[in-house]
Amino acid sequence: MLELLSVTAGYDRRAPVLSDVTLTVEPGAAVGLLGPSGCGKSTLARVAALLHEPYAGRVVIDGEPARGWRHRAPRAQRTAFGVVFQQPRLSADPRLSLADLIAEPLRAGRLEHTARVRELADAVGLGGDLLGRRPHEVSDGQLQRACLARALTLRPRWLICDEMTAMLDASTTAALVGVVEEYRRETGAGLLAVGHDRVLLERWCGRTVEWGERGPADDA
Amino acid sequence: MTPVLSVERLSVRFRMRDGVSVRAVSDASFDLAAGECLALVGESGCGKSVLASALLGLLPENAETAGSAHLGDTDLLAADERTLARRIRGRRVGLVPQSPAAHLTPVRTVRSQLAETISQLTRAGRRGPQLATAVAAAADRAAFPLDHLDRYPHELSGGLAQRAATALALVGDAPLLLADEPTTGLDRDLVERTVDELRRHIGDDRALLLITHDLAAAERIADRVAVMYASRIVELADADAFFGSPGPRHPYARGLLNALPDREFAPIPGMPPELTTLPDGCAFAARCARADDTCAWVPGLLDGVACHHPETAGAEVTRA
Ligand code: SF4
Repeated sequence: MLELLSVTAGYDRRAPVLSDVTLTVEPGAAVGLLGPSGCGKSTLARVAALLHEPYAGRVVIDGEPARGWRHRAPRAQRTAFGVVFQQPRLSADPRLSLADLIAEPLRAGRLEHTARVRELADAVGLGGDLLGRRPHEVSDGQLQRACLARALTLRPRWLICDEMTAMLDASTTAALVGVVEEYRRETGAGLLAVGHDRVLLERWCGRTVEWGERGPADDA
Repeated sequence: MTPVLSVERLSVRFRMRDGVSVRAVSDASFDLAAGECLALVGESGCGKSVLASALLGLLPENAETAGSAHLGDTDLLAADERTLARRIRGRRVGLVPQSPAAHLTPVRTVRSQLAETISQLTRAGRRGPQLATAVAAAADRAAFPLDHLDRYPHELSGGLAQRAATALALVGDAPLLLADEPTTGLDRDLVERTVDELRRHIGDDRALLLITHDLAAAERIADRVAVMYASRIVELADADAFFGSPGPRHPYARGLLNALPDREFAPIPGMPPELTTLPDGCAFAARCARADDTCAWVPGLLDGVACHHPETAGAEVTRA
């Protein structure tokens, strides 16, 4: 279970973008969080993935309270999450080849390395010489495939997808959602998908939660 | 009736440093009539934005073009930069840009940008009450709130920035409006409002070329749809027939529509070829379930579809 309990967070203590927000994702479930841009849902997603420290409230991951944020989060908690953002170009180091990008979360251990990268590249449909290219040499869709593979590298128990497909065409969107769902079938991982496309999230997720005036109206 | 825009066998190719060439647009042909909206759809990198740049004369130096694109009696591909800058852009082709925030000048208010464009493009004069009235009228036309005229672009929401950019594009009363991914990054409600407004602006005497990867936006306002894949227009159809029944006839177009979450939500297997190494035959062959030996030849656009084995769906419709 992923629990966000009475979370208040933002970038200015006096004017938090979200206050006292509670949202839970059951083990293995897929929850879609729907809301207009600027409502604070992306900030909540970053809090959930331990990337942004809230001013108040708690995050509980499979029964264990979060013990830190960003690099201060214990590795075991940090790696419980795979995160994919809207803009692959902002989250990919332009100097890395796609293969290195996918391997980024891995530590040493070369052999296992290559095998895992190949396995992931296959899963997201990145074949041939694409793996040797750098971000500026591939399309947005191809780069987002690599970013999704990178999010799966450490076999996370939770996936956080923040507007993962907002820039992509229909076929690439369906392909990436297919990869996420295949991974969840294999591993039983849970998902929090944040977005503004109702049709997409309702098709993708078992349950969707609407971001209302005061945050997600979660009645689960 | 003579079309507003007539594009004939338009091709664009980029020469890269190492002797490689990128075929971004191959043999595109279509007409666009007054009062009509044509949506040019396709995924990023298919060539649709290059086509738009070609129509505006905004291609980079290393581009080579072939074919023609007539707007009235001007061939946009043959016109020199001076003509394009002084007589075409803004006056005869209005551009609604992809990211309005980036298109508006950040250090000037919406009022001052509208005023400048109005005094450049119309006879409203350079100052005084006449200009002020014209600014208000221009803002009003794009439903831009008058009490926001003195704001700077960064003080506007995404939707208002889009309206400000639309107001600017409408000033010159250009017969052709070209909207290049005008809804990228907008919420669904705002997407619908933006495209509805564009549709309203074309009225009876303008034409709108809407370039988008958003099929729902295209379905909402287009009269006709052109689907582009790997530099070619592979299908050109009436929007009702395309989105409704009998549906797309080109296997790629059919796959793209079926990938929508309110349809089958199934991706087309594989990825498009690189524009640097397009195959000799049909560029979709590697991903196409209907491909056979004939597909080693590039199919021409015949009767609205560029495919040797188009879907014959619709049989059930004609039978009924
Ligand atoms: S020409 Fe052949 S390969 Fe191309 S879309 Fe048609 S059937 Fe498929």
